[in-house]
Amino acid sequence: MLSSNIKGVTNGFPLRIEVEKVVEKEVDFNPDFLRNMFAKIEWKAFVDAARTMGYAELPEEAEASMLESEEFLRKFHHGLLELHLEEGALVCPETGRKFPVNKGIPNMLLHEDEV
Amino acid sequence: MWYLCVFFHRLLDYRKPEVESLAQLFGVEESIEWKLPIHHHPDSPFHFVNLPSEDVARSIANRSILVKGMYELWGEGSSYEELEEAIKSYPEDRKLPYLCTGTTFKITVDSFGKVISFQDQNERIRSLAYIPFEGRVNLKNPDHKFWLMETDDHGIENGLPPVYQRRLFFGREIGGADRSLIPTYQLKSRKYLGPTAMDAEMALLMANQGLVSPGKLVYDPFVGTGSILVAAAHFGAMTMGADIDIRVVRDGRGPDCNVWSNFKQYGLPMPIGLLRADNNLPPWRSGLKEVFDAIICDPPYGVRAGGRKSGGRKLLKGVVGPYTVPDDKRTDHIPSTGGYCLAECVHDLLDLAARMLIMGGRLVYFYPVLREDDAPETNFPEHPCFKLVASSEQILSSRYSRVLLTMVKTGSYTDEFAKAARLKHLEFKENHLKWLEDGNLHSSVFSPADPQFSTLGDSKPNKESKPKYRGKYV
Repeated sequence: MLSSNIKGVTNGFPLRIEVEKVVEKEVDFNPDFLRNMFAKIEWKAFVDAARTMGYAELPEEAEASMLESEEFLRKFHHGLLELHLEEGALVCPETGRKFPVNKGIPNMLLHEDEV
Repeated sequence: MWYLCVFFHRLLDYRKPEVESLAQLFGVEESIEWKLPIHHHPDSPFHFVNLPSEDVARSIANRSILVKGMYELWGEGSSYEELEEAIKSYPEDRKLPYLCTGTTFKITVDSFGKVISFQDQNERIRSLAYIPFEGRVNLKNPDHKFWLMETDDHGIENGLPPVYQRRLFFGREIGGADRSLIPTYQLKSRKYLGPTAMDAEMALLMANQGLVSPGKLVYDPFVGTGSILVAAAHFGAMTMGADIDIRVVRDGRGPDCNVWSNFKQYGLPMPIGLLRADNNLPPWRSGLKEVFDAIICDPPYGVRAGGRKSGGRKLLKGVVGPYTVPDDKRTDHIPSTGGYCLAECVHDLLDLAARMLIMGGRLVYFYPVLREDDAPETNFPEHPCFKLVASSEQILSSRYSRVLLTMVKTGSYTDEFAKAARLKHLEFKENHLKWLEDGNLHSSVFSPADPQFSTLGDSKPNKESKPKYRGKYV
């Protein structure tokens, strides 16, 4: 969902992920929420992100009809909500600027010369 | 059907909007009707509300924070004779199912604005013998709860809303607020607190105004210690938060005293994402629209805590020219922030909400108002994508109050709006200093009172002439 918003950058999405540590947290399964989110997500970027974080179970392409399948929803749920990038960085695809992630919280703040 | 809705006598401005919001949450589409008992002041705790069914009335009452009870009214009157008359003429088929053998019941006597002794309560209950109760009494866990409520006639002397005629109500309880939530979530038992953490009752009310329910996604761009999202998570929402201050969101006060631990403490699901981000320069990808079901927040309005935005203080003022952070210092560089005035903050918030809320999604936030006698009617912030559905004032001091605004997204966010917002953003940036001074609420709230006022004679008579009725102060 995030992108690089440095002044002048036009192609700040998707941010590349650099992984140092991934943690898994169990989250209650809510199919309605997943169906809502499916429409908002760039599937390709999401699958790539999950893969970088070591979860390769998600199909390359997905369409709304797949939301009928419990198995698919479970995988989507795990990738979307249970995988957390604890330590690492998000990297701007255009400038290579790193947005560090510490304790699970990305720091998207810009430096003075990037505002 | 009309129900008697009795409120707690507090946060007067918040009570009807809460019921109206919850009615919408439970599927009532049209706006609901209200009526007052005869001669009652609008601030009275007694109201009649027209709702489509008992189930809806129960759901609203049980989910609410400020509804003491929702009742099927069996009778009312200004004397016990009138009440008896009214109860007797209430249709038998409405009464009998709740009176028959095999059921258990309890009668509670309650009063507003006066105290009824235990003995008098018992006498009043006994005087209801004309109602054919066939069931057995069970005080601990009755099937049906009946309430006898009374108000006396009193003028405006006792600080309560004026009531000019004694009124008695008798009804069957349908539901009421679960106030045990408030001690559960009260701030004094919360592990991690900041100076402006939202108190539990208000946070729960805000979540109700935001129509929070399971599976919805709620965002707070000024998350701080997470006090608003805790309330949203309690009602089952997925939560996301951002803050510009990394110390607040990430570090907290140790491994078990931070935003995450505030959720863990209550066994609530953790936020699905927390970010360090600037509301002035939100980092969302450009195509992303309409993701959040509600945005609920308490923006920094510069009285207890001031807002910050990216760009150094000196840089924004133009004291120093633009500079480049040296490459070797980039990784650990802590970017400086400058003042962020309320007008700009609210502008950014409305723009973000217009873009990121789903259609029909709600923006709920506090807006400060100066309470000057000669102040013109307050104009609340407006946006073409939004309709204001409720504004509820809470008085904080003699100088200022805060108003909880509830706005509904009614129009989609077009490119024109985005363009206008960008231009406005640049204007704020150009005139940084001017905006910062104009919007300084802190000095208006805390600067000493105008000396002209204090020299005008003794302050004592002034005190006495003040009306006793407290209205919105409660």
